[in-house]
Amino acid sequence: MLRWIRQQLDFDPPHQSDTRTVYIANRFPQHGHYVPQKFADNRIISSKYTVWNFVPKNLFEQFRRIANFYFLIIFLVQLMIDTPTSPVTSGLPLFFVITVTAIKQGYEDWLRHKADNEVNGAPVFVVRSGSLVQTRSKNIRVGDIVRVAKDETFPADLVLLSSDRTEGTCHITTASLDGETNLKTHFAVPETAVSQSVSQLEALLAVVECQQPEADLYRFVGRITVTQLGEEIVRPLGPENLLLRGARLKNTKEIFGVAVYTGMESKMALNYKCKSQKRSAVEKSMNTFLIIYLGILLFEAILSTILKYAWQAEGQWNEPFYNQKTEQERNSSQILKFISDFLAFLVLYNFIIPISLYVTVEMQKFLGSFFIGWDLDLYHEESDQKAQVNTSDLNEELGQVEYVFTDKTGTLTENEMQFRECSINGIKYQEINGKLVPEGMTDDFPDGSVPQLSREEELFLKAVSLCHTVQISYDQTDSPAGPFSHANGISIQMEYYASSPDEKALVEAMKRLGVTFLGNNGEKMEVKTFGRSETYELLHVLEFDANRRRMSVILQAPSGEKILFTKGAESSVLPYAKSGEIEKTRVHVDEFALKGLRTLVVACRHFSVQEYEEVDRRLHEARTALQQREERLAEVFAFIERDLHLLGATGVEDKLQEKVQETIEALRLAGIKVWVLTGDKHETAISVSLSCGHFHRTMNILELLQQRSDNECAEQLGRLARRIKEDHVIQHGLVVDGASLSLALREHEKLFMEVCRNCSAVLCCRMAPLQKAKVVRLFKTSPEKPITLAIGDGANDVSMIQEAHVGIGIMGKEGRQAVRNSDYAFARFKFLAKLLLVHGHFYYIRIATLVQYFFYKNVCFITPQFLYQFFCLFSQQTLYDSVYLTLYNICFTSLPILVYSLFEQLVHPHVLQNKPALYRDISKNSLLSFKTFLYWTLLGFFHAFIFFFGSYILMGEDTSLMGNGQMFGNWTFGTLVFTVMVITVTLKLALETHFWTWMNHFVTWGSIAFYFIFSLFYGGIIWPFLHTQDMYFVFVQLLSSGSAWFAIIIIVLSCLFPDVIKKVLYRHLQPTSTQKSQVIEAQQGVGCLDSMCCFSEGESGGARLGRLVDRVMSRCDPARVRRSWSDLDPFYSNDRSILTLSPVESTHC
Amino acid sequence: MMASSYNAKEEDGHHSGASGPGGGAAVKSKKPDNTAFKQQRLPAWQPILTAGTVLPAFFVIGLIFIPIGIGLFVTSNNIKEFEIDYTGTDMSSPCFNCSNNFSWNSTVPCKCSVSFSLDQPFESNVFMYYGLSNFYQNHRRYVKSRDDSQLNGDKTSLTNPSKECEPYRTSDRKAIAPCGAIANSLFNDTLDLFYIDNNGTRTRIELVKKGIAWWTDKHVKFRNPGGSNLNLTVVFQDTAKPVNWRKPVYELDTDPENNGFINEDFIVWMRTAALPTFRKLYRIIQRKNSMTPTLPRGNYTLDITYNYPVRSFEGRKRMILSTISWMGGKNPFLGIAYITVGSVCFFLGVVLLIIHHKYGNRNNNADIPN
Repeated sequence: MLRWIRQQLDFDPPHQSDTRTVYIANRFPQHGHYVPQKFADNRIISSKYTVWNFVPKNLFEQFRRIANFYFLIIFLVQLMIDTPTSPVTSGLPLFFVITVTAIKQGYEDWLRHKADNEVNGAPVFVVRSGSLVQTRSKNIRVGDIVRVAKDETFPADLVLLSSDRTEGTCHITTASLDGETNLKTHFAVPETAVSQSVSQLEALLAVVECQQPEADLYRFVGRITVTQLGEEIVRPLGPENLLLRGARLKNTKEIFGVAVYTGMESKMALNYKCKSQKRSAVEKSMNTFLIIYLGILLFEAILSTILKYAWQAEGQWNEPFYNQKTEQERNSSQILKFISDFLAFLVLYNFIIPISLYVTVEMQKFLGSFFIGWDLDLYHEESDQKAQVNTSDLNEELGQVEYVFTDKTGTLTENEMQFRECSINGIKYQEINGKLVPEGMTDDFPDGSVPQLSREEELFLKAVSLCHTVQISYDQTDSPAGPFSHANGISIQMEYYASSPDEKALVEAMKRLGVTFLGNNGEKMEVKTFGRSETYELLHVLEFDANRRRMSVILQAPSGEKILFTKGAESSVLPYAKSGEIEKTRVHVDEFALKGLRTLVVACRHFSVQEYEEVDRRLHEARTALQQREERLAEVFAFIERDLHLLGATGVEDKLQEKVQETIEALRLAGIKVWVLTGDKHETAISVSLSCGHFHRTMNILELLQQRSDNECAEQLGRLARRIKEDHVIQHGLVVDGASLSLALREHEKLFMEVCRNCSAVLCCRMAPLQKAKVVRLFKTSPEKPITLAIGDGANDVSMIQEAHVGIGIMGKEGRQAVRNSDYAFARFKFLAKLLLVHGHFYYIRIATLVQYFFYKNVCFITPQFLYQFFCLFSQQTLYDSVYLTLYNICFTSLPILVYSLFEQLVHPHVLQNKPALYRDISKNSLLSFKTFLYWTLLGFFHAFIFFFGSYILMGEDTSLMGNGQMFGNWTFGTLVFTVMVITVTLKLALETHFWTWMNHFVTWGSIAFYFIFSLFYGGIIWPFLHTQDMYFVFVQLLSSGSAWFAIIIIVLSCLFPDVIKKVLYRHLQPTSTQKSQVIEAQQGVGCLDSMCCFSEGESGGARLGRLVDRVMSRCDPARVRRSWSDLDPFYSNDRSILTLSPVESTHC
Repeated sequence: MMASSYNAKEEDGHHSGASGPGGGAAVKSKKPDNTAFKQQRLPAWQPILTAGTVLPAFFVIGLIFIPIGIGLFVTSNNIKEFEIDYTGTDMSSPCFNCSNNFSWNSTVPCKCSVSFSLDQPFESNVFMYYGLSNFYQNHRRYVKSRDDSQLNGDKTSLTNPSKECEPYRTSDRKAIAPCGAIANSLFNDTLDLFYIDNNGTRTRIELVKKGIAWWTDKHVKFRNPGGSNLNLTVVFQDTAKPVNWRKPVYELDTDPENNGFINEDFIVWMRTAALPTFRKLYRIIQRKNSMTPTLPRGNYTLDITYNYPVRSFEGRKRMILSTISWMGGKNPFLGIAYITVGSVCFFLGVVLLIIHHKYGNRNNNADIPN
């Protein structure tokens, strides 16, 4: 029981030991004091609630929200003391809000339950007591031997024991885990690989020891001890032995594996959690406003209480003969009465805090975010990827972005590599028509002739085609035979799969050049060099990692010689090279980089027999180490990868994505600063920056590179700052490299920020992933607190994506990690423009108006109530009936604003996209600035005064308003105020609405109609269960009075008039760019140039825009038009002059 | 947050589903539908508030409102109203004695009469109101101090009224009917109007006491207990009269249609006023024929049975005579408001026209800094 409670509360005790010991097939040792370790079962629980704990847990979570808690308190206060309104008035809306939220969360949880059940109930085959038993996935225990057939997913994290292949390998894809679609080879240790049948496995006596579960998908440290013939053989286990839950078996008929991590302890499940919550700026200002309103509420309540006691000081008002107190009231203590009076006022005015604000905002965000996924413009046809929204909480933040931090590779570029050039032994070559041609020479070999390759060239080509981790998939993968059976390999369709696109490009290029990689089968690699097959034995792979920035293979050549091939970034290979054309190659690498090519340097090392023995021994030791394996491996790798002989360098081109230039330009016009953060060399980075329009030719490029010491860095920064000051007409671009950046950030943060702020473009190269995040954080926490957006596609961008206010993942070729950790994800960088300029703008306008309107309508609602207290001796008499108090926020005024906040478009999307400058209109949270907030609040008070005193003057003259001389009472007065209020508040929103779809019409007029119908119905019946019948026929009597109708019309109009006039005056005297473009848009709709009564009906944007451009063209001078409407194309033309001119211009405003 | 955990699930579900035969055979394109709704291209009316659009509206409103306002104002002005305060605060006023010597338990009603003259004849029906000032019928304790189900004739509520009626719920261990502060403080002055013709003879003017309460109140909301039993004395035998009343509820009137809870004076009083200064309809003086005015010019006397004390809370009592139009009593506010708003609209229309002509062209330029 206790354990169950702790489990429910997520207090699972930490695991006792650092490692877990798994006895294969659960054959525990017979002797000794063996205490079985407790492991989780294989049930996946992604749901938050169960049927039993849903109500308490969900309520608890909901009441943790400050607003809900506040209303709960109000509700409880109403239950306890004698309050003017019945507890129902605040209880029902609260109940409504809580129920709606609970239903939404319950539904989501139900979906999760369904998915869980499907997964947990999936059939699996387990080896139990010597035979294969079918059972459900959730019944798998740690230590069970599981059989997985081809194309099935693994039901738990398994250590591979054997496969149908003798060498014990299998291929898997981890597409659902990290999105990498390449085939990965996993290995079984040779001792278990032979146990290919159930009976053999039954005889297997082995123990797996491994670390406790952790979330890192690419880390696994363990060892397996196999007892064979009384002898214990210890083998290391690494990630290549582990089959992760969720991955899928490919190209292999069946495998057996032992479950080591099950259920919620599997790596996939551990990766579900840990998502930091981001809060948008709008939400923050919303909370500020709430606090201000709480202040107003307290002020009103205190003022009323004090005034009440001031009045009551005179007995004649306190207790006139007609209105005596009860004994109880007379006798209760003064202090208690004072407190309860204060609380009663608090209850009376509590509706000023908009209860349904949160639930409406939540619904708006949830429903509104669908539009991003639905947008065809954000859909990428080639990859069949649509935009994906992972967090709907940040929609409006998209309209507030001030800094964009973008990755380069895969984000700005296609990440589709093309081999272009290489440098071999100091000579530059280009690939022309599948041939390697030395620089300067043309393709002078006649077709068909066999090119003669020098020894160096051949070695280089072989090195490139051998040193990689590329996998091959053949088209007829169903054939049971391995890839080696394809003797005449090339004729059969084969495809390379690689985790790194560079490798794939290189291997493919080598194939074109004549050195074909035919595949590797465990420990053998086969290449075909100009028709000649050679088989190399693969001895070791020294995997790539981001710190070393290189990878190596150790091979045994057919001649028996043992060779190491290394390839990697030039900075991490060249320093270790001892021989070869080092200087020439370095020059060539720099030249490649200048052309924007990605460079890799290739080197080799020949081992003597003794050398190899030592290498082999040390590698094995490091690989089997249980403690500090990474460190020891790194040490050994460093020992191996030295004394290299430089072979050459490759240059691979990464094509720019389409419309990157236009997108960056648009972002810049929108007032967004774009930073490019890349791991590339600074030459490569600059050239890509130039070609993608991030840097212009006209820009003055400042450099902060290769700073070695603090002082040097400070001096350089000072120099740059001076240069910027001296020369502020020209735009500046800044280039920083990782090392200098960390120096600059360590000591001279302020100075650096100063420089950065004055640069219109910044490029950071040689950045480590964490440095990227650090830069983002630096800006996030700087005094201006700008809203940052990070966009990237690879695992190295994840930290940056998580750090930024808005993180965007590009669904690229580098796996799905970035996408999974992002808030939004789409396929192409160019979509960013639409996402920010159109969706961001819309969402921001919508939510900002939503928030302001909610506060406004509640001020309107409750202020008359407050004013009425001055006329009823502060006795807390309500002006409106309880039912109206309850339904105002739930029914009468809820839908129009929700529909508005889903569909509002103040300007046509095409206009927004064509005029990025419109984005500046909403920057810095302008619609939620304190000024705007004050405007709405004062407007609310103003309207409330008009409702109240308008009705007061009408009725307060105490004449009859009916044709038969009869009189109205207080409830009619309240109903009149309420009617006027509902109409005014609804029409006020109508004034704000720029985009009237049928739904807006329906809910706007429908709300008013509903109010009338409801009131007629509510007042038309003596309600048997109601305590008083105050409202009986009140509404009908009100409507039967002609004066009341006239009063309603005049009060509503005089409320809205000042607002209309203000809007018109501002539009004409101080129009914002957004308003100007609205006018333009409207003009072409009907065709009346004088803009008298121009309304444009919805029609497709393109045709409309075309006509508009035509019209403007004919009316204005062409130069001007070209700048604002450069083209029909949604972006700008490639005309450089426009591109470079316009930003300068836009900085003036 | 929850969307993210969704994703993982989706993939999970997808793969476990696809692991069966035929999985992956029908790869559905993820392409979003090209519908107007999903692409946010719903046909829509996009109004823009410019001087151009608003101008005509302003002129139209101005042109409509000014005549309406004049009409309302004239209607209101044609209504004749006469008001007289009979509280008796002054030594000189005729009711001074009555108001000064007021005591709750005096058995002999105090009477006084006030003379006044009408300068103009009152045509058509004349409505007689009494008005009270500084009387807070809208005090919360007062407003809720009633039992609507008792008033609706509910038998159980009759003998066991709602708690809200405290401290006017029981008296001498009997339930009070009608209970509560509102009923208890029923206005009980009696007003009689006499016309004094030139010879000095008093002619009593007939005051109709039916039709002063809302029809629905009289016929639905208020009902005597016991249904058709017309003997109200029996029906109310287990109840006590409200403490301030001089006679029990079943003796309010002799007419059985206007007695007990359905007494119209009582019903009128039970509709609590919105503000501390209020009027309530007291009687209707019906027009006899079209030839003579209902109340001709001349001298009148108002005879008052002074039962209702107001001086303890500095209240005032008034008697109002008023004619009525279709829009109710004299109320210049609406007329003035319409004329004001109408003229302001018209004026602003002119201002906007000027602005439009002066600045309007500015907007036509696509002058957006791009």
